[in-house]
Amino acid sequence: MAYSDKVLDHYNRPRNVGSMDKNSPDVGTGMVGAPECGDVMKLQVKVNPQTGVIEDAKFKTFGCGSAIASSSLATEWLKGKTVDQALEIKNTDIVNELSLPPVKIHCSVLAEDAIKAAIGDYKKKQTVSAKPESVGVN
Amino acid sequence: MNVMKLPIYMDNHATTRMDPRVFDVMKPYFMDVFGNAASRNHSFGWEAEEATEKARKQIADLIGATPKEIIFTSGATESNNLAIKGIAEMYAERGNHIITQVIEHKAVLDTCKRLEKEGIRVTYLPVKQDGLIDLDQLRDAITDKTILISIMYANNEIGVVQPVQEIGKIAKEKGVLFHSDAVQAVGKIPVNVMSDGIDLLALTAHKLYGPKGVGALYVRRRNPRVQITAQMDGGGHERGMRSGTLNVPGIAGLGAACEIAKKEMPEESKRLMFLRDKLKDKLFRELDEVYVNGSMEHRLPQNLNVSFAYVEGESLLMGINDIAVSSGSACTSATLEPSYVLKALGAGDDLAHSSIRFGIGRFNTEEEVDYVGDKVVDVVQKLRELSPLYEMAKEGVDLSKMVWTAH
Repeated sequence: MAYSDKVLDHYNRPRNVGSMDKNSPDVGTGMVGAPECGDVMKLQVKVNPQTGVIEDAKFKTFGCGSAIASSSLATEWLKGKTVDQALEIKNTDIVNELSLPPVKIHCSVLAEDAIKAAIGDYKKKQTVSAKPESVGVN
Repeated sequence: MNVMKLPIYMDNHATTRMDPRVFDVMKPYFMDVFGNAASRNHSFGWEAEEATEKARKQIADLIGATPKEIIFTSGATESNNLAIKGIAEMYAERGNHIITQVIEHKAVLDTCKRLEKEGIRVTYLPVKQDGLIDLDQLRDAITDKTILISIMYANNEIGVVQPVQEIGKIAKEKGVLFHSDAVQAVGKIPVNVMSDGIDLLALTAHKLYGPKGVGALYVRRRNPRVQITAQMDGGGHERGMRSGTLNVPGIAGLGAACEIAKKEMPEESKRLMFLRDKLKDKLFRELDEVYVNGSMEHRLPQNLNVSFAYVEGESLLMGINDIAVSSGSACTSATLEPSYVLKALGAGDDLAHSSIRFGIGRFNTEEEVDYVGDKVVDVVQKLRELSPLYEMAKEGVDLSKMVWTAH
């Protein structure tokens, strides 16, 4: 199986590898996949709560080269986007950018799921802290 | 001192590079001694036949058989098909039950599956965590309708060697024929059909530094005389057991490869075991959470199959892209299924996805083994930095208790 140059590039020089504090209120964490399937992606975003812009993104992936490249690419695309713009990223965009063959399309789907999970987690944290009743509840 | 050539080939269970001495033996049979070995009436035929009869003896000598008991085929897949289907058809009146085991090569498993569709009953014995079958389970599985036991000598993925002599004894005791797919064992460890009690045995040239496209089936002629129904009709070649013009150059190569293997096996297996152990020791010394798949004690001297927890196999292969090995990961298979052999050991899919198989061979040097060890350690460490599972494990999270959102 020949890999595209872009996949090899992300594999050899992955962008934004690392972890953020998942307890921080402006960090959203998405963990998708399963070890039994051979694919687990953890994607984190740090959002500016005033502007809704993703200021930083980090990833860690257990999976094949295409999975690593898909999640690395995702973190690159997320930085600078608003939360709503991030939700518009489609797996097909990843497939096209990395020239993924049919057998690797599911890696891009997982990356899209990871983005949505991370954004979803961030949004959940905002909703909880926004509710007035939740402050000082006993 | 030779400059080490990249990429390094360390996948000798998949196939082997031809030995130059084998190639030299084969050369005359393409354009000089090119006759059909079945042409009985002229010297072109006689010379070709001389070559095939010489090879028969060379193969027989390697496995403790006699030349008349060697049938030439297109390879071990055909030999296995011929043995199992040939027995099932020939002994149909005697019974319709075959016993085999779950980590056989697909050439055996798929043949059994086909026979099941035609009404044959097949028992697939499980294997223990070390990859060996349980001899009591084998004994208990035998019925008065059992006509064949088919157990491979050594496994291609994990290199584990089955208790063949004990299986042969049980088979003899119960009057059941014993077939063994010995593709990975022949030329690597001593195989003797007499002392092992084997009645049918499959082997192929391309696993012992010979050409692809040629193999043999050993069919016992005495105690008992085994008969098989031919699967390839048309002319009655090979005592009516396998029709078709003989691949004379290939057969000459197979014979030469067997003769070389017989002579060099004692020294070679010592050297390869030393290299295998050196590689294994380095990996275990410099990395944590490395697991050997299958018994180390009952194993081919040159095989190493290990799982690196929290690192996926295909990404590891990508990182060691100047080294040729293989993985049990789903991502590396055409069907996206993880290795059924590793699953049968009870390892769990995550360790199957993290497995790498090394097959050290005649042309691998100590320098290559050192390079491979260092490179693998380096890439595993890099990938663990990328791995969310390694991160969680280091934080003390019990991954087996996690609920995953797989789709």
